[in-house]
Amino acid sequence: MSPIVKLIAQRIALGVLLLLAVSVLIFAGTQILPGDVAQSILGQSATPQALANLREELGLNDPAYIRYLRWLGGVLTGDLGTALSSRQDIAASIWPRLKNTLFLAFWAALVSVPLAIVLGLLAVRYRNGFVDKLISGLALASTSLPEFFVGYLLVFFFAVKLQWFPGISTVYDGMPFGQRMMAIALPATALTLVVLAHMMRMTRAAILNVMQSAYIETAELKGLRAFDIIRKHAFPNAIAPIVNVVMLNLAFLIVGVVVIEVIFVYPGMGQYLVDHVAKRDVPVVQAVGLIFAAVYIGLNMVADIAAILANPRLRHPK
Amino acid sequence: MVAKATAPKAARTGPLLDIRNLRIEATVYPPGEPPKTITLVHDVSLTLERGKVLGLIGESGAGKSTIGLSSMGYGRGGVKITGGEVVLNGRDILKGGVGGLRRLRGREVCYVAQSAAAAFNPAHRLMDQVVEASLLHGVASRAEAERRAMALFRKLSLPSPETIGQRYPHQVSGGQLQRVMTAMALCPEPDLIVFDEPTTALDVTTQIDVLAAIKEAIRDTGVAALYITHDLAVVAQVADEIMVLRHGRLVEWGGTRQIIKEPRQEYTNALVSVHEIAHQEQQPGKTPALSVKNVTAAYGGGHVKVLKNVSVDIFPGQTLAVVGESGSGKSTLARAITGLLPPEQGSVTFAGRTLGNRLADRPKEDLRQLQMIYQMADVAMNPRQTVGTIIGRPLEFYFGLRGRERDAKVAELLDKIEMGKGFVDRYPAELSGGQKQRVCIARALAAKPKLIICDEVTSALDPLVANGILKLLLDLQKEEEVAYLFITHDLATVRSIADSIAVMYRGEVVRYGPKSQVLAPPFDAYTDLLLSSVPEMEIGWLEKAIKGRRMESAGN
Amino acid sequence: MSELRKIPIGALIGLVFTALFLLAAILAPWIAPYGLGETVGQVWEPSSASFLLGTDNLGRDLLSRMIYGARTTIFIAVLATALSFILGSVLGFTAAVVGGWFDTTMSRFVDLLMAIPTLIFALVVLSVLPTTLVTLILVMGILDSTRVYRLARAVAADINIMDYVEAAKLRGEGTRWIIFREILPNALSPLVSELGLRFIYAVLFLSALSFLGLGVQPPSADWGGMVKENKDGIVFGIPAALIPAGAIAALAISVNLVADWILNRTTSLKGGRG
Repeated sequence: MSPIVKLIAQRIALGVLLLLAVSVLIFAGTQILPGDVAQSILGQSATPQALANLREELGLNDPAYIRYLRWLGGVLTGDLGTALSSRQDIAASIWPRLKNTLFLAFWAALVSVPLAIVLGLLAVRYRNGFVDKLISGLALASTSLPEFFVGYLLVFFFAVKLQWFPGISTVYDGMPFGQRMMAIALPATALTLVVLAHMMRMTRAAILNVMQSAYIETAELKGLRAFDIIRKHAFPNAIAPIVNVVMLNLAFLIVGVVVIEVIFVYPGMGQYLVDHVAKRDVPVVQAVGLIFAAVYIGLNMVADIAAILANPRLRHPK
Repeated sequence: MVAKATAPKAARTGPLLDIRNLRIEATVYPPGEPPKTITLVHDVSLTLERGKVLGLIGESGAGKSTIGLSSMGYGRGGVKITGGEVVLNGRDILKGGVGGLRRLRGREVCYVAQSAAAAFNPAHRLMDQVVEASLLHGVASRAEAERRAMALFRKLSLPSPETIGQRYPHQVSGGQLQRVMTAMALCPEPDLIVFDEPTTALDVTTQIDVLAAIKEAIRDTGVAALYITHDLAVVAQVADEIMVLRHGRLVEWGGTRQIIKEPRQEYTNALVSVHEIAHQEQQPGKTPALSVKNVTAAYGGGHVKVLKNVSVDIFPGQTLAVVGESGSGKSTLARAITGLLPPEQGSVTFAGRTLGNRLADRPKEDLRQLQMIYQMADVAMNPRQTVGTIIGRPLEFYFGLRGRERDAKVAELLDKIEMGKGFVDRYPAELSGGQKQRVCIARALAAKPKLIICDEVTSALDPLVANGILKLLLDLQKEEEVAYLFITHDLATVRSIADSIAVMYRGEVVRYGPKSQVLAPPFDAYTDLLLSSVPEMEIGWLEKAIKGRRMESAGN
Repeated sequence: MSELRKIPIGALIGLVFTALFLLAAILAPWIAPYGLGETVGQVWEPSSASFLLGTDNLGRDLLSRMIYGARTTIFIAVLATALSFILGSVLGFTAAVVGGWFDTTMSRFVDLLMAIPTLIFALVVLSVLPTTLVTLILVMGILDSTRVYRLARAVAADINIMDYVEAAKLRGEGTRWIIFREILPNALSPLVSELGLRFIYAVLFLSALSFLGLGVQPPSADWGGMVKENKDGIVFGIPAALIPAGAIAALAISVNLVADWILNRTTSLKGGRG
């Protein structure tokens, strides 16, 4: 087996292992409650008999590891269990919300990723100039701004004052694409703004790092044009760090979705999670938490694999 | 060469390169202070005829690289050419604008960097990088350029010249990469090549091969060159003329023979006679201070053997020099002796006692007797401690000295290393390279040790500074009766200060004994290679050395 | 005075605002014009002489609630930061210097914790834990200590391989001297600037939790919670929710400016004089 295939296989195996460990952690995280789930469903006034029946029904009398294995088995076969609060099948409720969240994140990423890379390149091109200073200023601000400040500012100006877009992002099945885009305009913008500056700054750092290499000087001393230097000599070496930046920020974006969805009352995974945390609906929280973690781990894994693929030392071993 | 006819139709008469009153400045940004402009090169002028080699020599900060790069109109970082003219092929290139510079770089002037490993793009095959400039400037078709490149690879004695171009930079060794870089510079058949310390990063036995290859290539192609280095002996082998620079100013400029045989300036003379240190070899005593017996050591849990059955003795008040190239195990020997890397087999005896294998097993008294000085003085001192604390700590720790008593002793030690009391409150960052190393010496002396291990203590320093440190070490040895284990790759240093020598090669001691015996024939193959590779300040030494070699160097 | 003049304008603004926020938090009961829960006017009154920032969704004085909110927000954030910092740096330093199984176990566990986004894991844990101040501080502090651990371990590991540390070991110095006299003074400046960043993160994290209704519970006031209380006004063009949101941003930016300055000022290793 070529070393590169081996490395990638190792990385994927590590990802799977990590996901398994995370599922244990998430399950364990919901077991530290002093009382138990049956009590919180039925409330303080429940009769002991009713509590005992529910415990039996939920399998709460079994030891924790049996319950974990049962839960894991369900997850692996696509059965995420039943919500305590609504008694609905979790997998069925999650599916449309997951689609909504991915739709929102996709459009936010589609705008923010190219924009951030182009602006990052501009910052490198005009280093220490006005554009560069502006970008580092914005990056400083953006790491300090709470998502809801950005979100409500957008609502206040663009939905309330100017009335260009709806302030509440209602979407439903069979909604025409155009209307759907109108509905997500503000939340997608908010998400973009939340990750943009950070991504620009990291892109800038990644490219600058490459531009300061000795081989860039070699290219300059061969008489190459600035543009050709970037295209032929900087870019191939900057792919891995840039992919890394993008993946990290997509992971960041996935988390930012939680708050943004609540601001815009958007029916996605984040909203669903927050609602059920408040209702203390443990099975839903476990399922959604695991999905978020899986996406996060997956994106980080893609970043690492891209870095392996882009490394000439690994592609062409001695 | 026929291809020369395709060079730009510039003036064929007059010198190739004529630099007049060059002034180069840089903006520096000292932390916490407003940026300021400093002058790196003060009104330097030089001329270079076609096909000639001019050596630029000087210590760090002399401005030699900066001047070399100015011939391509290039300044690194915030460096700017602010005055003078650079006339190449009859025109002032500083007036040609960015486009003009681009057309000349990689066409009329090419560059060979110190570290070829960093100067090649890791993402592209060597051949693509070698022919890039030729294609860019339309000097040759791809097929023609590749044919030329292969011919150059062959001329530079690279292995498998037909296929080496298909490799990536990380797939060939440092010495080979440096030659590929030379081929890259020669490929567009330029009028001038700037060699910027092309052999400095290489091991000494590899350096000689690369040097010979470069010299031959220069001779056969008739290209002119600016050869930048800090090593006078190296430049004497390749240059027709030598220019000595210091602090951005011209010191002396003359023919190679004149510079090395009849230097007119005191500074040049100092550079020429830098290795001459008066030291009388001492005969080994009866009982060694430290004795290393059959030591074998390995990294990675015994997997990588780096020391194989090494035995050496060090006598009181004497110097044992351990010489070898990178990877020979000489620094590992120091780690085994100090207990940082416990040996797998063998023992280290000190003053008749066997030392504990591990550092933790040794009593304080043994630690005191055995001190160490490092190569990089900057990182060997805690940047947050003052010189007073650094030197005073061993006094406190080993002898319990406090307060005024300690301060008096610190002052005495500062005096010994020829630095004044004023340095007590300084931080390491406020000292020069040589001063830092002196403070490290004082710290070692403060413990009143019987033995000091010196690990490449002069190799990061400029020759004159290094010379001062060596003299200081020898003086201190006489006063304090301290023995040195002197680890180095530099044979010239060894010749000047050692009493006995151990030559190491791939983890083994291949030759060991008193200096006069080790350096006298008959030699074993490796010692012969090593000794014959040390550049001598002698015109024609290179050819003689190459002819007389019996063994191939490892870097090939 | 000359010291003061050397501070760049950005850092100066940051210092002034940070100080103002801290003063407001400390002096809250004395400078707030009205009580925390006191209903003193109509719902969402605009700014006026008696209510400088107007009133909130229940007719309480917004300025007074902002001042008390500063107290809650900064108090919890400071404690959470302190917890994360002490926990993270002690464990990180120990891991770097001691090495071996302790380092491996700790580092793998931290990798695992960091494989889950912090907000998501906090939500999972808060779904079963009672929302009290202690829980909040513990959850925030422990989750955030993973980042401090990574930094402290990396910084200490870098310093631990320096020749001057080796020189101290060869001299025979004990672990305590090595950690406190050789490593710590050199690790301080990156850690101090990280302290600022961790504090900002704690403020933002707490505000997000409170905004989601899972942080500080009424009747206590914190800035994130105040955004939640007043958010319904936005749709009617009432900007009351933007005031606490803006205050969070202002606090975070100020601390960021200060942290940035400290980092720049101390990165040059010019000894203890800088």
